[in-house]
Amino acid sequence: MTGKLRKLALVASTAFIGLSAQGALAQSVTMAVAAPVTSLDPHYHQLSPNNAVADTIFDKLVNTDAKSNNLPGLALSWRAVEPNVWEFKLRPNVRFHNGNEFTAEDVAFTLQRLPNVPNSPSSFAAYSRPIQAIEIVDPLTIRFRTAAPHPLMPLDMTNVRILDRETHQNATTEEFNAGRAAIGTGPYRVVSHRSGDRIEFERNDNYWGDRAAFQRVIYRMITNDAARTAALLAGDVEFIDQVPTSDLAKLRQDNRIALSETVGLRLIFLGLDHLRPANENSPFITDNDGKPLGRNPLQDVRVRRALSIAIDRKAIVDRVMEGAAVPAGQFLPEGVYTHVPGVTPPPFDPDGARRLLAEAGYPQGFRIQLNGPNDRYVNDARIIQAIGQMWTRIGVRTTVEAQPWTTFIGRAGRADFSSHLIGWGSNPDGSHPLRNILATVTREKGWGSSNRGRYSNPRVDGLLDQSLVELDEAKRVQMVIEAQRIAAEDVGVIPLHIQTNIWGMRRHLAHDARNDELTRAQDVRPAAR
Amino acid sequence: MTVYLVRRILQALLVVLAMSLIVFIGVYAIGDPVEILISPDADQIERERAVQALGLDLPLWQQYAVFLTKALQGDLGRSFVYNEPALKLILQRMPATLELAFGATIIALIIGLPLGLYAGLRPEGRFSRVIMAGSILGFSLPTFWVGLMLIMVFAVYLGWLPSTGRGDTGTLLGLQWSFLTWDGIRHMTMPAINLALFKISLVIRLTRAGVRETMLMDYVKFARAKGLSPARVTFVHVFKNILIPVVTVVGLELGSTIAFSVVTESVFAWPGMGKLIIDSINVLDRPVIVAYLMMIVLMFIAINLIVDLTYSMLDPRVRLESKGT
Repeated sequence: MTGKLRKLALVASTAFIGLSAQGALAQSVTMAVAAPVTSLDPHYHQLSPNNAVADTIFDKLVNTDAKSNNLPGLALSWRAVEPNVWEFKLRPNVRFHNGNEFTAEDVAFTLQRLPNVPNSPSSFAAYSRPIQAIEIVDPLTIRFRTAAPHPLMPLDMTNVRILDRETHQNATTEEFNAGRAAIGTGPYRVVSHRSGDRIEFERNDNYWGDRAAFQRVIYRMITNDAARTAALLAGDVEFIDQVPTSDLAKLRQDNRIALSETVGLRLIFLGLDHLRPANENSPFITDNDGKPLGRNPLQDVRVRRALSIAIDRKAIVDRVMEGAAVPAGQFLPEGVYTHVPGVTPPPFDPDGARRLLAEAGYPQGFRIQLNGPNDRYVNDARIIQAIGQMWTRIGVRTTVEAQPWTTFIGRAGRADFSSHLIGWGSNPDGSHPLRNILATVTREKGWGSSNRGRYSNPRVDGLLDQSLVELDEAKRVQMVIEAQRIAAEDVGVIPLHIQTNIWGMRRHLAHDARNDELTRAQDVRPAAR
Repeated sequence: MTVYLVRRILQALLVVLAMSLIVFIGVYAIGDPVEILISPDADQIERERAVQALGLDLPLWQQYAVFLTKALQGDLGRSFVYNEPALKLILQRMPATLELAFGATIIALIIGLPLGLYAGLRPEGRFSRVIMAGSILGFSLPTFWVGLMLIMVFAVYLGWLPSTGRGDTGTLLGLQWSFLTWDGIRHMTMPAINLALFKISLVIRLTRAGVRETMLMDYVKFARAKGLSPARVTFVHVFKNILIPVVTVVGLELGSTIAFSVVTESVFAWPGMGKLIIDSINVLDRPVIVAYLMMIVLMFIAINLIVDLTYSMLDPRVRLESKGT
């Protein structure tokens, strides 16, 4: 990796010397992203576009590679020295953009700042909450004491961008947004920021890691899909993210354009009503005459399985998603360490679905309404329309209602729906979807906060509970996989597909596609010729 | 005159108050901003903290009371999303929208008035028919489609103009303006034309109708009978009189362009207020929505006032005192 990048940098710099006019062009790159960056304060709002920019300016103790594996960042190594104590050895000779030295004091300061960012609509406080005490052993060694063993500490640290105590002691979010306080240790420094329009970066030539390829980066925000593609085709920008699926066929044939893609970590799935017990009505389910059913068929695993195998996932991926997804039977894609081996996408089997419905006591089916957003996920409204037709074919007469995310999400959160489409962008650890979506809603543990179907399974909960304090990584991963397997067999939710992340660029560029969807300036480089 | 102005200002304040109340209740009815803004993996404790941080834990009437108290001190609240004063955010983006709206209006007048005049003076001419048919297109083609077509033709295929964004800016009065640099003007051309299309058609039709009506008036016949040159009749007797409806409509159009050029701004990634408001509505950023609409109401009231004042200059028969009611 390092050698390759060096070689590329060499090629780039040779080109620069050889062809001064073209070389000047190759020194800068203009990128356009779809989602607006709302703040340069790395601890103000947990939001993917903000995190992507924060990763360009700042570093974390633990960085992640394009496949979301942990890499040494500002920490060289980490281990649990006692069951309740994590020790991080820090990287020496690292300097912030303003020349200040990075030490353990800065880590301690950063962790104390996390819960104290005023007016934050979605803070990073959860990552410092398990830490009860911070102990600075020496300037390059820091220890975190927790109340219970906390195996997810390194993973938590992949979310915390490190600030400088001296610079950021009283820095406000506004000062970050103005660019004055946006000073980190990362590969790029901020030159200017026009909110909602563009950020200009300049390479940090003293970066401790691989030097970024471009001296200057203009990072623009173009929210309109068609306009973003047009800007790439016109050459006004050289790189875009979130290539719209409707433009994919055209761009694949265009020899001026290259695409970089990878299977992501975002599962699109259906949540089902587990809240109403078996002998009560679910709000959007009736019998075939529109009268109350008197029971909630979704409490029967045979019905849930029938609804799952009635869906032709391949057809949805091919025709609705234009191939920009892979069919899924679980939260994480193959190749990720907590992927459950052997749990494949449920095969399309309408006859089997009808048999299961009859076994469960619904030979004539029933009526259901499927809800979903129409402005949130790629082709969301068209997906639920397709599923509505597939369910109707097995005798479950389905009406479909798509609505704006602003109104949808509140109702989904109150478990208003019988069935709904929603997505989940995981970190690569299976504990993430387990805790948030499959675990029983428990306020004290912070579980099930996105469990909008109110699924609950004591066996899943039990394994999750054990895994969250298991420091033996191999054992922990086995527990996480086992818990996911149980939930998948129980059809707690109906997985549909995992989206492919696609970036588009002019031919002279190359890019390392990331499965966490982040669009970062340091991942773009000149293409090898 | 003073009485008239005072009365207009009081009316304006009432309208602003009513509007802020409606928006407050409206946003509340749509959904919960925290559900939209918060990271999906935030746990319950974090959710409660966010609700509290944004002041959404209070009953609605208390939230409104807090807002009013602060508004009276000139503080319209901080954006939930940007953590900056809502008014500051809006004012930052205002120059971009203003220059686009004025650019479009000027284009509309420069192109619309002569064409309308021509079509009015020679209603049966072949060129007049072409103009009128063209104006129907200008009315009926959807803005976003025309915008994308402009980009496809002039940026992607011909490569004459940049596709999106604002380009280089120059500084005037401490603000950034695109019209001060050549690159900025090139960036501005397509969005301004896109915004102007509808207005050009409107001005053509208004002018033409006005000219046709006025040409039949007795004073025009009399002027002709006196032997005045056709140019003098057209530009002094006719033109001045048809300006009254044109000024009214163009004034109001300017207002709605400033307030609602959302489509053009998002197609051309023009970082103006229209883009801000649509982004804010999508995430229910209430302080920005309320502040924005309050400002727009004030702007419309001001424009109406200016239009009325212009009337009285163009037409001495109009007396302001009698119009206030």
